[in-house]
Amino acid sequence: MQLIDCLRAAVTAIATNFLRTVLTTLGIIIGVGSVIVMMAVGAGARSEIERQIANLGTHLLTVNPSAKIFGGRSSGAGSNLPLSEEDLRAIETKVPCVLAISGQLWASATVVYGNANFWTRIWGVHAQYLFARSWSIESGREITEQDIAGARRVALVGLTVAKKLFGDNDPVGEVFRIRNVPFTVIGTLTPKGQTSFGHDHDDAIFVPMTTARFQLIGKHPLVPDQIGSISVKFQDGTNLRDAQEEIEQVMRQTRRVPPGDDDTFVVGNPIESMKTRTAAQTTLGWLLAATAAISLIVGGIGIMNIMLVSVTERTREIGLRMAVGARRFDIMLQFLLEATTLCMLGGLIGIVLGVVAAFVTAVIAEWPILILPQTIVLALFAAAIVGILFGFLPARRAAQLSPIEALRSE
Amino acid sequence: MNLLVRGSAITASGSASKPPLIAVREVEKVYVTGEQTVRALAGVSFTIEEGEFVAIMGPSGSGKSTMMNLLGALDVPTKGSILLNGQDVSTLSRDAMADLRNRTIGFVFQQFNLLPRTTALRQVMLPLAYARPRPGDCDLVARQRLDQVGLGDRLCHLPQQLSGGQQQRVAIARALVNDPKLLLADEPTGALDSKTSADIMGLFRDLNRRGITIVVVTHEAEVARYARRRIVFGDGAIVEDLRLPSASD
Repeated sequence: MQLIDCLRAAVTAIATNFLRTVLTTLGIIIGVGSVIVMMAVGAGARSEIERQIANLGTHLLTVNPSAKIFGGRSSGAGSNLPLSEEDLRAIETKVPCVLAISGQLWASATVVYGNANFWTRIWGVHAQYLFARSWSIESGREITEQDIAGARRVALVGLTVAKKLFGDNDPVGEVFRIRNVPFTVIGTLTPKGQTSFGHDHDDAIFVPMTTARFQLIGKHPLVPDQIGSISVKFQDGTNLRDAQEEIEQVMRQTRRVPPGDDDTFVVGNPIESMKTRTAAQTTLGWLLAATAAISLIVGGIGIMNIMLVSVTERTREIGLRMAVGARRFDIMLQFLLEATTLCMLGGLIGIVLGVVAAFVTAVIAEWPILILPQTIVLALFAAAIVGILFGFLPARRAAQLSPIEALRSE
Repeated sequence: MNLLVRGSAITASGSASKPPLIAVREVEKVYVTGEQTVRALAGVSFTIEEGEFVAIMGPSGSGKSTMMNLLGALDVPTKGSILLNGQDVSTLSRDAMADLRNRTIGFVFQQFNLLPRTTALRQVMLPLAYARPRPGDCDLVARQRLDQVGLGDRLCHLPQQLSGGQQQRVAIARALVNDPKLLLADEPTGALDSKTSADIMGLFRDLNRRGITIVVVTHEAEVARYARRRIVFGDGAIVEDLRLPSASD
């Protein structure tokens, strides 16, 4: 018997009891759906970490002022005194293995060029910023020490900003305004793309640190040379745990934190915190894997049950098929294929629901998800395997029927 | 390995010199159910030549249904041998018996045994799906057979859209589709009214006149009237084997 005949018989049998059949595949639907969500969430977390590593490099630490705590109540991030040029120089000179270091100071502002205007974030940075953040320019030149020393009104623009303000024209050399102050574009940046959390790296403008301080942010009453945060890039092979401790020691000295007091700053490892952030996703992944396994087993048993019912109901048909020449293998194949088709049908519904559930998860939990083609294939494969495994017993029972008794049954 | 040879030497019908289509020799069939032993057939012997039209009769429990199962290669005898088309059925494996049924025997049942939700054309094509090698023109052959039983215009009808007589005709077309040597009918008119029964039996007689061997198991004398030979069973043995003059109309 050819596969196409088997398939036709399977589809006919399934169509005969459509509602019963679909209800039976509920376990498979949930199982396959779980597989999809599990894989989407897992792959999303992995790709997010990989992207972060690609964007920042693996040897980056960041320093931020920490939240001040008054009587157990946090005053919010950065409520301690801001960092300063002194802190930056101390890290640069006293901490070993530093490859590049840059401060960042930022504000959001509307930028204007001709008729175009755009709300974006302006970053004041040092000359090593791009190198420290593993970034590079697409065209033009980088911000230099001279730009910083002279507090020049020059700017590097990210791709998103360049497109919004200048369209397809080359922005290098153009003059635009940030808060009514004219700036000259000296370069554009290579695209870094969006994080899955919706943050667009390319939606940014970079200006010299000094310029940002004087023109855009304004003087801090206590720290005239304030810096919002510091990025430190280390040489390859540096132990980041040790480096983190070194920075903490240097910073406590420089900021004169009395022994026993809490740090007035935090040293962060963006890759590590990203891994922590996606750890919940990994946990959910395992939970879903367990759900998927249980659902597929329960679903498989449901399939086995309905196939046993089907074999009993169609005993006469089996007898007839045997009478007209079906070998045992033909009958076996027919029922195996029917069980597999049933599972694949449930699998397809499960895939649709799984994809929807994954996107809903992405929106509600703000988690990055990634649905790879091989995820779909794997899910269908899992459904097919369940069909073959749990269809085996009913199919064998059908094949072993005696033709006489099968023909005689009511 | 059992090789099925569709004997090319025995195509013409009627000649007594060539081997019979069916040779039943000292066949016994014993059923054991629990502690009970039922002897359904007790040493039966007879032969059926190609081209015969035989009615197997007898009251229920006489062994005629058992005989039918054995003739149809659906079962094997406890003792003795049955040669179907020169092949000893009792030596065949289950799959070899399936192949033998597929090529040599066409079955017609009392309850038609049509598949649900399947068009007449697909019903008739069913045995071809199990044929080895599979013929290339299944569709065409099935159409011809339906035409032959007078249902050429009902190809796409489902069983529930057909009358009882028409359903039985579809079943007959299905039985004929593989050009079997033997048409085995088990109470083929049992579910039909007398007018339709006559039509179906008339169809059998026409088919027989074209050379196909027909064995009908029935308890109705009216049905047996169409046959040219009557084998009557009683208590697991043949009580009468009567060749009739050419059937009256």
